[in-house]
Amino acid sequence: MHTTADAAPIALPGRPAPARKGMMRLPMIPKLAYRNLFHDRLGLVVTIVGIVFSVVLVAVQFGLYLGSENRIAAMFDHAEGDLWVVPLGTKSFDDPAMLSGRERHSVLSTPGVASVQELAVGFVNWRKPKGGSTAALLVGSEIREGSTLPWSVTEGSASALAAPSAVAVDSTYFQELGITRMGDRAEINNMDVTVQAVTKGIRSFTTLPYVFTTLSTARTLLGAPADQSSYTLVKAASGTSIEDLRAAIAKRLPDAEILTHAEFRKRSLDYWLFETGAGAALIAGALLGIIVGMVIVAQTLYASTKDHLNEFATLRALGASAGYINKVILIQAMLSAMIGYVLGMALSLAVIWAAEDSTLLIVMTPNLALMLLALTVGMCVLAAICAIFKVIRIDPAVVFSR
Amino acid sequence: MTNYMLEARDITKVYHSEAGDIMPLKGVSVELAAGELTLLMGPSGSGKTTLLSILGCILSPTSGSLQIAGYSTNGLSAEGMADLRRRHVGFVFQSYNLVPTLTALENVMLALDLRGASRAEAPDLAWEALAAVRLSHRANVMPSKLSGGEKQRVSIARALAGAPSVILADEPTAALDSENGQAVMALLSEVAKDTRRAVLVVTHDHRTLKYGDRMIRIEDGRIASRARRRSMSEAMLAPAAA
Repeated sequence: MHTTADAAPIALPGRPAPARKGMMRLPMIPKLAYRNLFHDRLGLVVTIVGIVFSVVLVAVQFGLYLGSENRIAAMFDHAEGDLWVVPLGTKSFDDPAMLSGRERHSVLSTPGVASVQELAVGFVNWRKPKGGSTAALLVGSEIREGSTLPWSVTEGSASALAAPSAVAVDSTYFQELGITRMGDRAEINNMDVTVQAVTKGIRSFTTLPYVFTTLSTARTLLGAPADQSSYTLVKAASGTSIEDLRAAIAKRLPDAEILTHAEFRKRSLDYWLFETGAGAALIAGALLGIIVGMVIVAQTLYASTKDHLNEFATLRALGASAGYINKVILIQAMLSAMIGYVLGMALSLAVIWAAEDSTLLIVMTPNLALMLLALTVGMCVLAAICAIFKVIRIDPAVVFSR
Repeated sequence: MTNYMLEARDITKVYHSEAGDIMPLKGVSVELAAGELTLLMGPSGSGKTTLLSILGCILSPTSGSLQIAGYSTNGLSAEGMADLRRRHVGFVFQSYNLVPTLTALENVMLALDLRGASRAEAPDLAWEALAAVRLSHRANVMPSKLSGGEKQRVSIARALAGAPSVILADEPTAALDSENGQAVMALLSEVAKDTRRAVLVVTHDHRTLKYGDRMIRIEDGRIASRARRRSMSEAMLAPAAA
């Protein structure tokens, strides 16, 4: 018989493979991982959809969480003060009560105080011009040169609030407040007010619209005496120890709480995010996204590994170490993670862009993007563990039984 | 003096089960000499596959000793065994067992990668191995596009890559037609002529006898007969004579 093999003498490779140390390895592990991954297109699509779903869900949930933080902390991030004098038991900025009324003078007479600003904050009834009413949160501050409340003024000016009965509202609350433009009139607690300034993007976490005005107008609208306020913000003189100043003020005002700016900010955040359960719900949603993503990736990676079990058994029979095979599976997981992350982030940014003009505030920060990347990779690597356990138990002897 | 690339002495394998102990190998001794192709024959259930798995460092024997290229397997862990077979054993499987997502050339390069070949030398070595089995022209073809004979030649090229001391072939012609089967055996016979290598072929196919330098017949876990090339046919007919 004449065959190709015995047609001519053959030259056989006699050179042994060189030693491993110090040599640049072949890129066979990533190549095998890549080919295995793309070999089963449907499986890959399922995996990627799972990861994208997970990334978007986690991004939106954490984005909402950060957005909630931003809204809750907005007043703190724009109010200037080292210490806050607040009524005893105050849970958050949006849960105001009135101080007794002698705080300003007590604080000003304390050594180390540079300046004091009072805020009168309270719930009011806003009567719409065309009928109907809604609740609002009135924030009265001392309007002067360099005032930081309100901010993001897009029409009129903060100084225009100095006019009698002038208020500022946010354009995103126009519909809720029954107004259409600057200059519209309404009533607060049965007293006439005129919109003299419009802000953009100042929304409260509680959904109650903020209405800004001067301290004196706020006192009038809230029916509070001329010396009473909800919060007294204290600015320490340079070089003064905040803790010493806090202790000194606390000694003078035993019926009030003296909180640092960071403490009151944190207390407000903790109250709304955790005591009310709102933040916990958002975090639970994000965790759910991670779990769902992990289960989907684990399931598809496991299925893919099962599909390629014969090849892994062959590799094992050819002398591949467990580490070599584990790397193939891990790189498959990492590749899935990277593809899923890029697509998931693109979709998340689209969702955030689409929600920009809605009442939802979804925030994406570089840190959140990095955290999502780490989370996605971690999720996929964890999901790969099931597949690795399957491969570890392969008996390479099965290559002879097929 | 004969240069043995593989020496197995008194290999016994016992599987313990609830139904009782099963002993597929009962004191088998095998030597594979460099430059020779040894045929391992025997009926189904005679212990061929178990012996092949032990000689290939895939299974550990219950008792007995095994040396490959002078290295003893005694006391080696699973990873140690994997390392030994990676460096010194090449396999040719009945079902080829090529990685379906890699081309013929990449399948050979995969074996070289396992054996620690560098990026600089591996492509040349892989091409040489494919040239040795006359498949250079099919190097970039996926296994699904190769015929059975071509797949088996790639499998032989993969076993050859990295120049192992021992090549173990499990029924390499079983899935092939007669012509391709003969071609594969002729190729393995050529491979075995290298004096730095020994080849063992497990086979049922009596038409492969002419390619063997030696033949070992195993029955019921014991060596039933051994024969050199010229007396193989007689040995096949002999009932039992270790």
